[in-house]
Amino acid sequence: MKYYRNLSISQKQVVWAWTFLALPVLFYVVIRFAPTANAILLSFQKWNLLGAREWVGLDNYVKLYNDPVFWKVFRNTFVYLILGTPASLVISFFIAYHLDKTRFLHSTLRALYFLPFLTSTVAMAWVWRWFYQPVPIGLFNNFIASMGFQQIAFLNSTTNALPAILVPAVWAGLGFQIIIFMAGLRAIPTSYYEAARIDGVSNWTTLWEITLPLLKPTIVFLVVFSSISFLRIFDQVFNMTTNNPGGPLNSTKPLVLMIYQTAFSSFDMGYAAAQTVVLFAVLLTVSLVQLRLMRDR
Amino acid sequence: MADTQIRASADALLRAPTSPRGPRDPAAIIRWTLLAMGAIVMVMPIVYMLSASLKYPYEMYNLNIIPKEPTAENYTYVLSDGRFYRWFLNSFIIATCTTVSAVFFDALVGYALCKFRFRGRYIVFIAILSTLMIPTEMLVIPWYLMSRTLGWLDTYWGIMFPGMMTAFGTFLMKQFFETVPDDFLEAARIDGLNEFQIWWSVALPMVTPALSALAIFIFLGNWTAFIWPLIVTNSQSLYTLPVGLTTFSVEQTVDWELIMTGAALATIPTLIVFLIFQRYIIRGIAMAGLKG
Repeated sequence: MKYYRNLSISQKQVVWAWTFLALPVLFYVVIRFAPTANAILLSFQKWNLLGAREWVGLDNYVKLYNDPVFWKVFRNTFVYLILGTPASLVISFFIAYHLDKTRFLHSTLRALYFLPFLTSTVAMAWVWRWFYQPVPIGLFNNFIASMGFQQIAFLNSTTNALPAILVPAVWAGLGFQIIIFMAGLRAIPTSYYEAARIDGVSNWTTLWEITLPLLKPTIVFLVVFSSISFLRIFDQVFNMTTNNPGGPLNSTKPLVLMIYQTAFSSFDMGYAAAQTVVLFAVLLTVSLVQLRLMRDR
Repeated sequence: MADTQIRASADALLRAPTSPRGPRDPAAIIRWTLLAMGAIVMVMPIVYMLSASLKYPYEMYNLNIIPKEPTAENYTYVLSDGRFYRWFLNSFIIATCTTVSAVFFDALVGYALCKFRFRGRYIVFIAILSTLMIPTEMLVIPWYLMSRTLGWLDTYWGIMFPGMMTAFGTFLMKQFFETVPDDFLEAARIDGLNEFQIWWSVALPMVTPALSALAIFIFLGNWTAFIWPLIVTNSQSLYTLPVGLTTFSVEQTVDWELIMTGAALATIPTLIVFLIFQRYIIRGIAMAGLKG
């Protein structure tokens, strides 16, 4: 204590800073960095949880490259991304843009749009799974049948199952994106719009020339945020296909589900770790592209 | 974006917009009608879930929303084996502890990185920020191995430990502490407060909106977390609500009204919380989103 009292103010600050940071630094090293290193290390090893970890070099990556299931899964993951991100952004912007101009019952409408975001993904996956069941159970097919049409195989079809799983994922995320878009829209100074109105610019031109360019930071943020969440999709797929995870015939299986099964059903830890490294690389690329786009601003 | 601007536009979000034209404008009426229809479609899945949970099996597959013969029997049945209470309690304890810890440490680290001048500050900041790029899915395997070695599998601590601090929250808090003027801290220093007291009783009260926004985010994230609790727990008595719900639904197989009741039980608490704290939640998300 006497020693502390003799320190200068800036030296005291250093002591305090590291007092504040000691536990957190330990946390980030032990719970974030060491496991990352361990995952990368494990991707070069073979291990089934029993026995010793055995060094196999690039074998896991070679196996991955030659695994048709991996390529199928890799493709699925990008289909989730490529369909999900534009769909959710366009819909949420459309709603936010119009909701922003609506006064009557404004906060009620906003609350209704936002509500699905707060639901548990697992609970909603089961609700949608029920909707998708064939006649006489599923709501959608009952409705389609009551209109006199042929019922649709949703989750049992290799072509329809993936979009069917994507719909609740998009639906649940809309509320969040609408709020972010509306906050972004409100941040645009009204003077720009007034100037445009005085100059007699059409609404359409105002949208393309003023609103969208000024919303670029918001759009970039949401593109990255939703891309990452679609690339990491798991909860919905797992819960909507529990009888045959990722099925039918792997047509809905995303990368994270493959990782989960390889690690915790097959206990092929090294192979699963190699898959996580691929996921990491993909997400890193997406994040770096974001940084690049933000810098161009 | 400057902080005052962010707060202003987050607050502005809570007020209804002032429409440039009169309310009798036909375009505005069409717009409103379409938006209202869209809003109804958005909540339909939730409405049907609640409606199904109140129906007898014979009525379950009809399209009507209001049950002809409402019943609470599904709820009595689902709650009768007591597991849902347990899962609810587990989720609540875990989400609360994680939120308290993460908000505390994120604010502490954010403050230290923002207000103290010391060598290594930048490196620590970049190091923490870089962990944002590491996906949870990459870490679950090492975390599982670690928990296995240390005996953390199937414990509350095992479920909680990965979320005790968050890089996102640290970054957010650092941004918000930038808005606290150094003069206030200096004045407190002259009054003889130590640095911890200054942080706790001077700086923290000045960023309460950010703290509540962060708390909401972290609580929601932990309340709905699925993959890690699924991996780390083994016994049903330690399941969180989402993991328990999956198990329960798989057991029921064809009794969809019971599955919907379970789903409703998992959803109703968050809906109630939302109705109470709506303004804070929406403002918090807008604020965090604009900062992010």
